[in-house]
Order: sequence, then C-alpha cells, then structure tokens
Amino acid sequence: MANRIKISEQDWKKLPIRTLVIEAGNSIEYETGSWRVFRPVINFKKCTHCMFCWLFCPDSSVIVKDSKLVGVDLKHCKGCGICASECPRQAITMEEESKFWQ
Amino acid sequence: MGSFRVKGKVKALEGDNAVAEAMRQINPDVVAAYPITPQTEIVMTFSEFVADGLVDTEFIAVESEHAALSACIGAAAAGARTMTATCGPGLALMWEMLWIASGWRLPIVMAVVNRAFSSPLNILCSHDDSMGSRDAGWIQLYAETQQEAYDNTIQAVRIAEHPDVLLPVMTCLDGFVLSHTLEPVEVLPDEEVRKFIGVYIPVYPLINIEHPVTYGACAFSDYYFEHKRPLWEAMGKAAKVVADIGREYGNLTGRYYGLVDAYRLDDAEIAIVILGATAGATRVAVEKMRQHGIKAGMLRLRCFRPFPAEEVAEMLRGKKAVAVLERVAFFGAEVAPVFLDVATALYLRGIHTQLVNYIYGLGGRDTTPEQICTVFQDLADIARTGKAGPIFRYLGLRD
Repeated sequence: MANRIKISEQDWKKLPIRTLVIEAGNSIEYETGSWRVFRPVINFKKCTHCMFCWLFCPDSSVIVKDSKLVGVDLKHCKGCGICASECPRQAITMEEESKFWQ
Repeated sequence: MGSFRVKGKVKALEGDNAVAEAMRQINPDVVAAYPITPQTEIVMTFSEFVADGLVDTEFIAVESEHAALSACIGAAAAGARTMTATCGPGLALMWEMLWIASGWRLPIVMAVVNRAFSSPLNILCSHDDSMGSRDAGWIQLYAETQQEAYDNTIQAVRIAEHPDVLLPVMTCLDGFVLSHTLEPVEVLPDEEVRKFIGVYIPVYPLINIEHPVTYGACAFSDYYFEHKRPLWEAMGKAAKVVADIGREYGNLTGRYYGLVDAYRLDDAEIAIVILGATAGATRVAVEKMRQHGIKAGMLRLRCFRPFPAEEVAEMLRGKKAVAVLERVAFFGAEVAPVFLDVATALYLRGIHTQLVNYIYGLGGRDTTPEQICTVFQDLADIARTGKAGPIFRYLGLRD
C-alpha cells in the first residue's frame, strides 16, 4: 500500500532511541486511510453545515472551508462512521470502500 | 595511568547487605521494590537507610514485582537513576516488564538473588530465574563472592548508563550461598563510589517540559523490527564497556574484573566452565587436582549477557575436555543454556573440544570441592580415552 508513515522509510540507524517520538504534531504523517472499510459519502443536498461531523470526527478528517463542510480527508479517515451516526440530517452514508476501487 | 588505589574499610557483610551498602553509596533517585526471600535483606536494609535519612532516594513500596519494575520503568523514563532487587518468583512476575525496560533502553540496575523456581516449593539457590530471562535484553553479571556482589552493583550503574549501552543490568548473586553468609567485604569510601559512578545525565527524560517526547508508542509491522534492531547493537557494544569499566574499577580498587575470569587455565588440559558462587569450590578442586599432577583449570563467566563468545572460545582452545556446570532446571533442550552458548562459540570457530554438561546444586544443594574433583576425574578420563560418553549428566543427585 502507498499509505506508510515517513519514519518507517528510514533505516534503523536513523530512528530515535527507545521508540521515542521526539517531535510533536507528526500524526499527520501517519496516513491511516488504508484502514477504511466504509467511506463516508456526503449528500450536500441534505447538509446544513451544522459542523456536528467536524466536531465529532476523532481524526480531524472533516475538511471545512469558509465555515462550510467541503469534504473528507481520505488519507486519514479510518471510516469509523461516527460522522454518519451523529449527523442530525442523515446527510452522511457509509458506503463500502471496494465500490470506489472499481 | 594517573589512577590510584583507594583503600576501603573491611566489614563483615552478608551478600544482601553488601548490595544494600552499595545502593546506599550510589544513592539512586528511585528504588521501587517488593521483598522476597532471599532478596528481602536488600530491600529491608535499604529501606532502613531511607528511613534514617542516609539516602535521598524516593523509595516506593509496591504491591508486587510487576508493579516494582513498572514503577522503575516509569521513574527511569522520567530521568531518575533507578534501582531495584528481586529473585526467583519475583523475577518471574516481572517478566512482561523486562522487555519493556530493555526496549525503552532504560539503565535500571537490578540485583537478582538467584532462587529456584517452584514446584516443589523452594527458596534456595538455582539459577532458573536469571537463566530464564537471559534473552530479555538485560546485561547479566554473576558474582562469585559477596565482595564481587558489592563491586558489580557499583560497576553496573556505569555499564547501564554508558551511552553505547543504555540497557538494564541484572547483578546476580547466589541465593543464601552469597546473600545470607558473612564474608569480609572491602567497602569503598562513599565519595569514591560517587566519583566513580558520576552524575547521571538521562537521555530524553520524560519530565522535560521544554522538550516533551512521546514514550511507549506502538510500532507494528512497519517499524517494530527497526526499533528492535538497535538492541543487538547495544548488546554487542556492551561487552567492551563491561571490560573497560571492570579495568577502570580495578585501577581504583585493585580488584580487576573482566567478562570472564580464568583460573589456572593457561596450561590446563581439562577445564570447568561455571558461573556464580560455586566457582569458589571449583578453585579448591583445581588445586586438589593439580596436587595430583592433573592439569585442571577453570573458566568463570562473570558476564553471561552479552555472552563473551570470543573470550570463551580462545580460552578453551586446545583443551582436551571441558565440562560446563550449570545450576539450572531447564527442560526440553538437549543440554542446558550455558552449554548451548559455549558449544556454539567453539563450533563457530572450528574448535573441537570434548564437551560435557553437568547439572548441579539445584534448590540449594551444596556442591563440594570433592564432587567437583569427580568431574575433573571424568574429564581426565575423557581426555585420555577421547570418548565423551553421555553428554548430559547430573552431579550430586542420588541415583
């Protein structure tokens, strides 16, 4: 898979001692999108941009621009479905990931 | 060399008290420990030092050995100079945490007062505990005497904290044989011990608000392997560090220590390989055999992890017959653990010595020089006939 964290591409001599993570804010390098089995699909006809999905997403994968929901960061979304579950308008449906590969 | 020899004060000490005395002089930041026979006197004596204000140590009395080593791991990650002590079943209960201490490269020093594993229930000496954990990424030193138990404790701090090493160290001493018997022990002046160990500067301490780091991250198939690889490196470098620090300690005290300790081995034709306190009885046996014109010698392994393969092989090269004596109940392999390493070291260097393996002294059974003389007699027969006979044998077993 293409989704690999950058640090794993370094050989063992370059890794920090004792499995330490020395620098903060590096979870963005860990592309967890490959874990996803179901993908959130947004129906923008129903969406009111209430931001519930943005608030509840545990991976900060809901993309917002100018106070509007615009999409999902598929490099990091694990497909947990919390957004779909929380959406008060049922504007998000979880669809099988394999559908998008064809 | 610009070095000098310090004269210590000779005290009559049991092995456990000698270790506790060394710990008092080291004055670690944190000790978390749970008392268990025959290690109890270490914890008991050291906690008295804490209560009497003789050390600055934060002493954590915990509810189990799993908790003891867990607390030590936390303290060491925080940046504290950390020590503990255990034995037998206590070490077994620490099992899970042993790998975390080494994986996190924490320089924890732990006295292991060797005790047999149950069942049958036994509190006396076998090396089952430390031998069982020999591959956990801890350095292992085995003392022959109370003096060495004291000396190893002090050296272990330097070995563990060496930047090329950063591994935890077990300092092993035979339960009761060393831990509960009195011998004269030369105790260094406190200030000399503190000078020798120096000030501890931790690497990436957890309690460093300026530079926060993440400890205990998980690593799966993508880089677990790469994080384990440096342990082989550190273990490889540790051999030189153990030898260097043993020499430096010798320059200070007159008591020199190496990875191995050879006794009348140079011209020996037959030899015993052993570790721990029974090396003392073996020295007596060597002398007895020499009086009868038999060229006997001994190779004592002081450092078992890392295994000093090169030294062992070179020192046994040319011997006609060698017996590896082990105080361990280990089942399933053709031979016992020290034999495995000795045989591997010889085989890989093309040395073909007749090797035999003896199990002795399980559960605290005394092993006398006379019994060890029978091993030398067996070796002399093997050397003469060239026939080893059974490789795996029992010494001092009623049969």
